[in-house]
Amino acid sequence: MTLTQAEKAAVVAIWTKVAPQVDAIGAESLERLFSSYPQTKTYFPHFDLSQGSVQLRGHGSKVLNAIGEAVKHIDDIRGALAKLSELHAYILRVDPVNFKLLSHCILCSVAARYPSEFTPEVHAAWDKFLSSVSSVLTEKYR
Amino acid sequence: MVLSAADKTNVKSIFSKIGSHADEYGAETLDRMFTAYPQTKTYFPHFDLHHGSAQIKAHGKKVVNALIEAVNHIDDISGALSKLSDLHAQKLRVDPVNFKLLGHCFLVVVAIHHPSVLTPEAHASLDKFLCAVGAVLTAKYR
Repeated sequence: MTLTQAEKAAVVAIWTKVAPQVDAIGAESLERLFSSYPQTKTYFPHFDLSQGSVQLRGHGSKVLNAIGEAVKHIDDIRGALAKLSELHAYILRVDPVNFKLLSHCILCSVAARYPSEFTPEVHAAWDKFLSSVSSVLTEKYR
Repeated sequence: MVLSAADKTNVKSIFSKIGSHADEYGAETLDRMFTAYPQTKTYFPHFDLHHGSAQIKAHGKKVVNALIEAVNHIDDISGALSKLSDLHAQKLRVDPVNFKLLGHCFLVVVAIHHPSVLTPEAHASLDKFLCAVGAVLTAKYR
């Protein structure tokens, strides 16, 4: 799946708004994930998952910053996320379905904060982008 | 997802063993899919879907021949299936989940008829190949 120029532009445009709030949006996305899809907590037995926990904020920030890296290198997501791809393949082994769930939660958080910018076209562009990121992160599994 | 050299060898070997039975396996794959996953019949309102129907036989043959094309051009599956990819994107619009179901049924058919061929490694390679084909056929959806 490839992103068109218009789609890349839409992704980058929203990211400029998201970037200053990376920590908050990251934490919120994870909170949504753990509340709506409790099975995802299985990957975090070592975390305090209560609302506002330091670990949630820290991890949310990590996740969203990685997405920011992918946005910065939107023409070579595979290159930008190569190390993370290996981490997920050899150590984390998060089941691929969970990437869809997290992507959905990120989209909800972004939509909630930027309702007027989140047009159907922007929504589609972001969904394609997050799907690409998810593919890259699972492509070395086997 | 990238097919390793070993994957390609395994897939070619499996298809060479299937040989002349390919057409009948195609029909059996569809038959199993319609039986186990009746929702897939939604794409064939114009077919007689009874066991052994001439249309299932013909369509099974088409599907398997497309897989064989992909095997014969295993280094460039997107190129080989480009027209089919357009067809699926613009006309057929088969929901992507169904490619997994079809792939699964094909694997089952191979396992039944050639149990010794489908070692765990060969199984993994064939599954990867079928996923790659599915990805190509849905790549142009958006």
